[in-house]
Amino acid sequence: MALNIKEELCTACGLCVRVCPYEGVVVEGNTAVFTERCNLCGQCVSSCPVDAIVVELPKKGDVDTSLWSNVWVLAETEDGRLKGGTIELLGQGRLLAEARGCALEGVVLGDRCDELAKDMIAFGADKVYVVEDPVLARYRTGPFASVIAGLIHDRKPEMVLISATPQGRDLGSRLAARIGAGLTADCTGLSIWDEEPLLLQTRPAFGGNIMASILCREARPQMSTVRPNVFKKPQADPSRTGAIERVAVHLDEKHAMTKILEVIREEGGEEVNLADAQIIVSGGRGIQAPENFALIRSLAEVLGAAVGASRATVDAGWISATHQVGQTGKTVSPKLYIACGISGAIQHLAGMSSSDYIIAINRDPSAPIFEVADLGVVGDVFQVVPALREELAKRLAE
Amino acid sequence: MKIVVCIKQVPATTNVRIDPETNALIREGVESQVNPFDENALEAALQVKDGYDGECQVIALTMGPPQAEAALRDAVAMGCDDAILLTDGAFRGADTLATSYTLAQAIRRIGDVDLVLCGKQAIDGDTAQVGPGVAEHLGVPQITFAIELSLEGRKITAKRMLEDSFEVVECRMPAVVTVVKQINDPRRASMKNVLKARKREITRWTAEDIDADPDRIGFQGSPTVVWKVFAPEGRKGGRKLEGEVGDVVHALADEILEIRKGLSTA
Amino acid sequence: MDFEFSEDQQAVLDAVREFCEEELKPKAEETDASGEFPWENLRKMAELDLFGIPVSEEYGGLGMDFLTWAAVGMEISQACTTTGAVFGAHMLAQYPLMLFGTEEQKRKYLTPLATGEKIGAFGLTEPGAGSDAGNVRTSAVLQDGYYVLNGSKIFITNAGPAEIYIVIGNLRPDRGARGMTAFIFETGYEGFTIGKNEKKMAFPSLPNRELIFQDAKTPAENVLAGEKRGFRVAMQTLDVGRIGMGIGAVGVAEAALKHALSYAKERVQFGQPISAFQAIQVKLADMATEIECARLLCLQAAWLKDTGKPFEKQAAMAKLFASEVAMRTTTQAVQVLGGYGYTKEFPVERLMREAKLFEIVEGTSEIQRLVIANHILK
Repeated sequence: MALNIKEELCTACGLCVRVCPYEGVVVEGNTAVFTERCNLCGQCVSSCPVDAIVVELPKKGDVDTSLWSNVWVLAETEDGRLKGGTIELLGQGRLLAEARGCALEGVVLGDRCDELAKDMIAFGADKVYVVEDPVLARYRTGPFASVIAGLIHDRKPEMVLISATPQGRDLGSRLAARIGAGLTADCTGLSIWDEEPLLLQTRPAFGGNIMASILCREARPQMSTVRPNVFKKPQADPSRTGAIERVAVHLDEKHAMTKILEVIREEGGEEVNLADAQIIVSGGRGIQAPENFALIRSLAEVLGAAVGASRATVDAGWISATHQVGQTGKTVSPKLYIACGISGAIQHLAGMSSSDYIIAINRDPSAPIFEVADLGVVGDVFQVVPALREELAKRLAE
Repeated sequence: MKIVVCIKQVPATTNVRIDPETNALIREGVESQVNPFDENALEAALQVKDGYDGECQVIALTMGPPQAEAALRDAVAMGCDDAILLTDGAFRGADTLATSYTLAQAIRRIGDVDLVLCGKQAIDGDTAQVGPGVAEHLGVPQITFAIELSLEGRKITAKRMLEDSFEVVECRMPAVVTVVKQINDPRRASMKNVLKARKREITRWTAEDIDADPDRIGFQGSPTVVWKVFAPEGRKGGRKLEGEVGDVVHALADEILEIRKGLSTA
Repeated sequence: MDFEFSEDQQAVLDAVREFCEEELKPKAEETDASGEFPWENLRKMAELDLFGIPVSEEYGGLGMDFLTWAAVGMEISQACTTTGAVFGAHMLAQYPLMLFGTEEQKRKYLTPLATGEKIGAFGLTEPGAGSDAGNVRTSAVLQDGYYVLNGSKIFITNAGPAEIYIVIGNLRPDRGARGMTAFIFETGYEGFTIGKNEKKMAFPSLPNRELIFQDAKTPAENVLAGEKRGFRVAMQTLDVGRIGMGIGAVGVAEAALKHALSYAKERVQFGQPISAFQAIQVKLADMATEIECARLLCLQAAWLKDTGKPFEKQAAMAKLFASEVAMRTTTQAVQVLGGYGYTKEFPVERLMREAKLFEIVEGTSEIQRLVIANHILK
């Protein structure tokens, strides 16, 4: 990749000098010229009012892949802490780095990053690049993409992993387009291919109806956004040591492209809506009496879950029809569905079998619900549910 | 005001299957439609047009095979003023990088575009990468996952939908905005407009028309390749826990908390 | 011979199918259970120009043909049988205006019907004039520039919500068919009221009500097709009406087949989906084959109509066959779903009750057979 200045167009206005985070361009005489500090971050390209700066992205086969090594994880933070997805990436990144015999490196941008960098090391990074600047206090596409594009050109990581959160997807695609890298979205599987030392990225497509494995042979780095909650989080090891490298940048709020006016947090507290619920606890005829829905409700409450019900219980008047899941009720697909005392009649299964993870608690080992459940508990609802509620309440309080 | 809406023609269902023998997608008998999120983008553009004091042109743009013209006709039937189909054998095999470059080149050719709208992602690929890619290739700001959008002079204000919060962001035009489903309820074309749209001329541009660099389009311009596709494992009964209530509950709690932890940090 | 829809027809059908799938079908159970006229659906259909498909553009229609109307009707009926029935009955008011309306009448009455601004109804049946349609007793007399009607009509589909009615009265009740005359009535005309709604075995949201005429007055210019031509108006209207009922029946049958198919693929017994059993396969194959025949008969009747050829026989055949297919198909669908099919949890029992309507309205199966026999014995 290269940046070129068309001298015949350049007016030496100096805008590129002001926007460059790395002091990589200066005006000499009547034209801008790149200095050796330019790391091809590309920020100047869009700033140029006369389109005098031209990017030449690498062509297929032009990249010397042997120059690129190490696995990078780009940190995503919230309220001064690493987000869960980032921690998962450090765990999986560690495995990839070991398989490739290279280092795992973290990148964290923000206004105050020391603790975050140390956390990344504790979770498995060998080294962390820290870029601090008030402009980076909260994520924004423009400054983050420019700073990281520059870092990537400078240090040449072989792989870059980003959480497939709204932020990660926003950043990853901008960054990949900036540097001409291959980016695979929303991966649920990452490994080193057994035929060549390439990152094999597996992801669902068509709403999960098919899976695709994707390779990036020639371009570097190989970039992935990775679905949160798929990979296991590693245990933090506060005794781990690693290097922290601070990278100086020069950012100006004026060139940030976007301004954040307000951040609005979701209000909680109300009863959870079935359709939007991430966890649903449902009761069926197996709970035997209307008053026993209290058991279901209290388990749901501990988990911040919505309460669902089978048709039998709704028809019996144990609970209102707004809770009904199934053919004539609502179709739901939460991350976790806990079916208590539900046998799994076909019309119930029709409404919930696309849930990500199903736990069934039922006394009858031959109940059809067990054929769709990822985890089945053959047992008495009246014993298991209250005990489970206590156990969860105890652990969540810790 | 000139607005370009980038749309994609996708299978009318995500319920596609894989031929177990060849591992190829079975596409026969699957009808096509405009990507649903792109319909929201079209609606957002048309609402801007409806409320705009002055001339406002909405242009639908897509890259695809000649059949993708049908998606553009749907866009015209909804109310777009113009439609452009980027179609050329050289575009084939494009990943999101090459696609966004190609669309950006077309937008340059259209010229003087103030706003580019896209759906947040397509329901077939689910990547959400093309909108930001277009923004980068055009060198303009991007606002992704917009659930509200308003324009005032040259200023765009949008509310972005994040995982558990919203962010209100502002930028100057020109810009690229990608929208989520919740932003609006796309209008349906009346049959009169459907019939009118059928008779409309749809502009076709090739790689040459948009002055595309042959190394940056199609397969040649795509750093990623699909190595294989396969069917995910179907839902089968999983593990069963049996035994002492105490042990069972302990194991259950482990499992539930693990999943729940993922949710609260997501 | 060409069994392809034209590209225009296909474009309309694709758009309608999407609308039906996304807007009508998800609410079909609710629409049925509510007991309320499906105004919301109809308003959306009006916005999409679905009410005047075969009406010329001059009068606010789409300027297409009856074939398209029939194919659209099947989609609507399949997605929501109640809305489909309203759609079919609406044509009974439009069609006589298309055929016999004066320029003035078309502008005043056909246009709002074609745009869907107003709903229409057709009143022929009386307590004593069902299959014996020539025995209309509602009397009509011309007085001071108004026709004054006395009598009543029963089972009138869309009555109440409809604002434009084509009513068959009789200038000479003693002379049967020869005095029958068609009149246009609007809601609110003096002496014209809507009576009680029938409680039926199905279609609670579809009004079938009484029209009551007590010295009811309609202006003299509201006579349609001229005096004493009412029997002809009625018979020709029913010819198209039969296609309308045929398409409604096909919709009901197709809905039942779809439910049966999806259930058969999901329901596991003896370790495999029941669709793997030949006993079920035979049922499904028969249902699909009969529906296809019914569909083609309806489309053929509409096509004959469009091409100006005689279509009365085919219309009767289409109505007869489609309604009986609907009855058989829905009965078999209940059978495929077994115990579940008999419950209100699944819609097939409702479809089975609905199907019965089509064997009765607008000429019972017995009358259709007579009509067909008359044609082939000529």
